[in-house]
Amino acid sequence: MTMTRRELLGAVGLAAGSAAMYSAMVSLGFAQASTYDGPINLSGAPEGSRVLVLGAGLAGMTAALELRSAGYEVQVLEYRAKAGGRCWTLRGGDTYTELGGATQTVDFDEGGYLNPGPWRIPYNHHAVLDYCKRLGVRLEPFIQKNHNAYLHRSDAFNGEPQRFRQIATDYRGHVAELLAKATNQGALDQEVTAEDREKLLASLREYGVLNDDNAYVSSDDTSDYRGYDREPGGGRDAEGVASDPLALSDILQSDLWRWLSDAESVHHQNTIFQPVGGMDMIAQAFEREVGDLITYNAKVTSMLQDEGVVTVLYEDAQDGGEPVEVTADWCVCTIPFSILGQMEHNLSSDKARAIDTMYYAGSVKFGLEFNRRFWEEDEHIYGGITYTDLPISLISYPSNDYLSGGKGVLLGGYVWGANAYQFNAMQPEDRVKWAVEYGSRIHPQYPEEFSSGISVSWHKVPFVLGCYGIWEDKDRDYETTVTMEPEDRIVLAGEHLSYLPAWQEGAILSALDAIQQLHQHATNG
Amino acid sequence: MKTITTTLLAAGLLAAAGLTAIAQDAPAPEAEGGESRTSEFRTFDPTEEDWETFRSSGEITHQGGEAVYNSVCAGCHMPEGEGAVGAGNYPALAENEMLASPSYPIYLILKGQKAMPPFAGILDDQQVADVVNYIRSSFGNDFVEESGEATAEDVEATRQ
Repeated sequence: MTMTRRELLGAVGLAAGSAAMYSAMVSLGFAQASTYDGPINLSGAPEGSRVLVLGAGLAGMTAALELRSAGYEVQVLEYRAKAGGRCWTLRGGDTYTELGGATQTVDFDEGGYLNPGPWRIPYNHHAVLDYCKRLGVRLEPFIQKNHNAYLHRSDAFNGEPQRFRQIATDYRGHVAELLAKATNQGALDQEVTAEDREKLLASLREYGVLNDDNAYVSSDDTSDYRGYDREPGGGRDAEGVASDPLALSDILQSDLWRWLSDAESVHHQNTIFQPVGGMDMIAQAFEREVGDLITYNAKVTSMLQDEGVVTVLYEDAQDGGEPVEVTADWCVCTIPFSILGQMEHNLSSDKARAIDTMYYAGSVKFGLEFNRRFWEEDEHIYGGITYTDLPISLISYPSNDYLSGGKGVLLGGYVWGANAYQFNAMQPEDRVKWAVEYGSRIHPQYPEEFSSGISVSWHKVPFVLGCYGIWEDKDRDYETTVTMEPEDRIVLAGEHLSYLPAWQEGAILSALDAIQQLHQHATNG
Repeated sequence: MKTITTTLLAAGLLAAAGLTAIAQDAPAPEAEGGESRTSEFRTFDPTEEDWETFRSSGEITHQGGEAVYNSVCAGCHMPEGEGAVGAGNYPALAENEMLASPSYPIYLILKGQKAMPPFAGILDDQQVADVVNYIRSSFGNDFVEESGEATAEDVEATRQ
């Protein structure tokens, strides 16, 4: 469910000033590859040893699956009537009731869906990919970067969306030309040796598609990258007509360059995947394995550890009523801190401080169904993302079922920061009204082709009350929060307890580390 | 991109979406200088309040306690301050004794608490003071009458 780190930092910086920016940087850490190195293969649980897992999201179900396999007696308590947590997909026929009571009924045709939470799986999220392999979840490529999608700002190019291909090619060409000029004028003589200078110039000609005079100009060569005014064809009168590059100043002043490297971070590079049919195919696969362990509609209200026992109280999620007490030898708690902070618990004061000071980011996603796939039929956009400075932030085109007839569903917006708070305060039909308005400024087909729409605002999602956890001081609190002390019978897990926040990989890696600590305690205790 | 007639499209959108009650009878407001601001809207005629919505990507531009409350706070604490209950709660503001003194809500809004994010970066001192006074004098609360108003200076002091 994450945006790029830089987008988020940009949004946070805008939204909250430099102190929050610093805190977010600390919280997000630097992009790291997953540390997963294969199945965990625990074994030898003490006879009759019982573990309670709180939460049936990916962290909780990973813990349940592996602990049962190690020989523990496992029970999972889940607030919702289904498993998966934020690994979630909304399809035609589904209903979703947000906090405040508004219910949306999804009216999408078969095949259309919205992943309100995570929607893509990078190549280096080895744990998620391995569980997909082990549990038989089919994957397909997710198109992150599409050169034929748009970059758009209301104040640039008269509000006309520009093809990514043209901005990217022209920016690269102009920058290469400038660098070649600087090199030839001797501006880089201090930094670049005479030998390297020739190589540098040769590489810039290649990289920027410069001509023999190191200039970036209209030609068949540059049109092969930025596109032709008239594409080359076959038969009569078929020669291509070269296009003219945009002026450097126009590109610089447009600020469209800010999105050019969005797909270049390790979490967005090719190859990046999505499950065929929706992200919750992963949740469903886990549920097939551990569904028999899960008690649904269980709202946990208290979690206490004492010498030798963990005692948990839960009540019916809808009807409340008499609390049910369950006890176990051990507990893996994956409940988001937005909720755990409101429960009775007796974790250490260090852990309590981390729980109480973690706040949850707001985020909003839209699923908009249209009567036809006009982005493919009219604009030849197959998957990928259009970026905009409008409050919807982006439009993402489905990376599946290309060129199929019938309706299609777009991700009609993915919003953070101050805009997300304002969408959060709206009723669902108003949110969709705005998303259709903004989208129509990029795709004029919107109003005529719009069929139905839904939105999920994460601060209104009853089972998490936010999108993902943000640490007040991760350096101060992280290790003490993820560490199971000798006297502990409870270990904490979830995306919030990782350096891959908001990613499913972070949730699974956190769970795997948590149950290794638990197993260590249980077998060596 | 072609300019599109707002009214026609709004009708089409309403029909297609099954949305109700968003038809706008009032004439669109005019920007300073008399220039019509409707040109960029393609699918509905914005109300006066709509013009403030999303006017800045990084800040809330609504002025006055009620407008700020409705554009941000009502998302979780709900339109009548009734709060919400899911796996966890959003506290009700109606008849909430924690609002008796303005200092507590000022602090929470600026710094955040538990799941609640900090809003120091998207609301200015006056907006915070206004919304604090609004929630302390609405939803059946009468705390402003009882223990005085919050001021922008109070908010500025808490920011330090």
